[in-house]
Amino acid sequence: MARYLVTRAWHSALTLLLSTVVVFLGVRALPGDPALALAGEDRSPEALEAIRHHYGLDQPLPLQFAQYVERIVQGDFGVSIRTGIPVSSMLTTALPVTVELSVLAILLATALGVGAGVLAAVRRGRPAEWLANGLALVGLSVPHFWLGLLAILYLSVAAGLFPASGFVPLLQDPVGNLHHIVLPAVILGTGLAAIIMRQTRSAMLDALSSDHVRTAKAKGLRPRAVITRHALRNSLIVVVTIVGLQLGGLISGAVVTEQIFGLPGFGKMTIDAVFQRDYPVIQAVVLLTATAYIVINFLVDLLYSVIDPRIRVTGDPA
Amino acid sequence: MTVLTVPMAEASPASISRRARVLRRLRRNPLAVVSFVVLALAAVVALLSPWIAPYSVQQTDFAHTFSPPGTPGHVLGTDDLGRDVLSRIMLGARASLQVALLAVATSLIIGVPLGLAAGYFRAWDAVLSRFTDLLLAFPFLIMAVGLAAIRGASLTNAAVAIGIAQIPGVIRVVRSDTLRLKSLDFVAAAVVDGASDLWVLARHILPNATSVILVQATVAIPAAILGEAVLSFLGLGIQPPAPSLGTMLATAQQFAARAPWAAVLPGVVIMGLALAFNVFGDALRDALDPKGDR
Repeated sequence: MARYLVTRAWHSALTLLLSTVVVFLGVRALPGDPALALAGEDRSPEALEAIRHHYGLDQPLPLQFAQYVERIVQGDFGVSIRTGIPVSSMLTTALPVTVELSVLAILLATALGVGAGVLAAVRRGRPAEWLANGLALVGLSVPHFWLGLLAILYLSVAAGLFPASGFVPLLQDPVGNLHHIVLPAVILGTGLAAIIMRQTRSAMLDALSSDHVRTAKAKGLRPRAVITRHALRNSLIVVVTIVGLQLGGLISGAVVTEQIFGLPGFGKMTIDAVFQRDYPVIQAVVLLTATAYIVINFLVDLLYSVIDPRIRVTGDPA
Repeated sequence: MTVLTVPMAEASPASISRRARVLRRLRRNPLAVVSFVVLALAAVVALLSPWIAPYSVQQTDFAHTFSPPGTPGHVLGTDDLGRDVLSRIMLGARASLQVALLAVATSLIIGVPLGLAAGYFRAWDAVLSRFTDLLLAFPFLIMAVGLAAIRGASLTNAAVAIGIAQIPGVIRVVRSDTLRLKSLDFVAAAVVDGASDLWVLARHILPNATSVILVQATVAIPAAILGEAVLSFLGLGIQPPAPSLGTMLATAQQFAARAPWAAVLPGVVIMGLALAFNVFGDALRDALDPKGDR
């Protein structure tokens, strides 16, 4: 167990370092002089010189990288070219929106996906299974941003059920906040729900035909107890695994969803930055996403090894 | 001479009957047949669209903007610039499939050799695992954002971003299938026979791994179609005025109050394409599953 943890931690740290190198080199691969890109409007020779000095662009590359890492560790991602606001404070306002949206989407997707997956497995070969399977295939194939567009058109604008865009912070007005974020979370969760449903269904089918469930049935346990106590426990592993694997898709999805619903989160900040060529913001966004992905997947692996003892032995969460 | 160049795995009677069995299973599955017909039709329309589209996609007509579907001369109506929606959907579907095929080809060309190497050579495995971890840390949209910042937004960059993001999935399935095949007797026999590693990989392992690669590709194509739509919708993919289903939806969003129907059709086409690939992929996986014998 300890050995597995140390290996996983070392691999995560290495990946984190490599992704930092990639982002660092990516910034150097920007067309033209990075100082020009960082300078924005003020392109006087003095300003460029000051930027070169501030970012250490006149230093050798390895030294530049060391300084870069030092600044990031201190939370200094530079200043937005367009707004003049430090990128770190932009992140502090944007991130809670995205985290709330994603957490809510994961919860909704889990409830829906596990429920439909169990139903499909238990009602094998009946209309309920066909319906659940069909919905999951559609959920996998539908462009979520399009679903979002249709939801805004028909549920928000035409029916007036939800606000079409905008956001209220959670602490300021919890009810209004939920009213704004529920629809985007449902939209973001549909794809994830489809994936969770399909995996839950096949895990349940395996479990239902396994020896320990047969024993439980033979013992005279009622079907409901067999399902919840024995078979369903396995689907917890399924959900944890999928959330880890699909985190990248979830982040991508959150970016689009925020853009459609006008939520002032991480995603909107990212897209705005690309079109405004706001390089310090893009850089921070890319690095932060990679870090979040690596850290969360490390935590998922830890959780995984707690839930499923076999992983600790083989050390390979396949 | 020709006898020598016939790949062993394909020529053996067992694999011929296996292929026939897979095809027979596919033919007997109505979902597989329907999805295949849809895909074949889509492919024909996409290939021929520059010639069979009723109008030029760039031909504007400011006297007839936002004609609703069913307007004489414009079956699916016109857009904000009076361009024919049917023509733009046909060409847009062509672009979607183009990006999807380019993306999946990119991921296979890079991912298959790396997956073979990771599964076959122990020394490569650790290095390639770190490489896949690194790729996974950059979700496709973030990859596309980075690429767009460095190289500008375009169809090719969108395809490259989607393709790179799909490499880890290819490496994973090819690696695990290589590990499985490597432990089988016929590979051991070839090694004992003095076959070089490259020969074993190319002649014994790769031909037997094609079914998992095929299934992976049928999963990756619909994902790439959706990815292209997202990127074009955000302005990070195909650039206007070139037709794309994603940009059509972006325009529809701007004019949703005037022409709500414009937001429906391109989405239906994207979903139809992705759904057909997913349904066919499921059927193919079932047909290839040796446990599925009845």
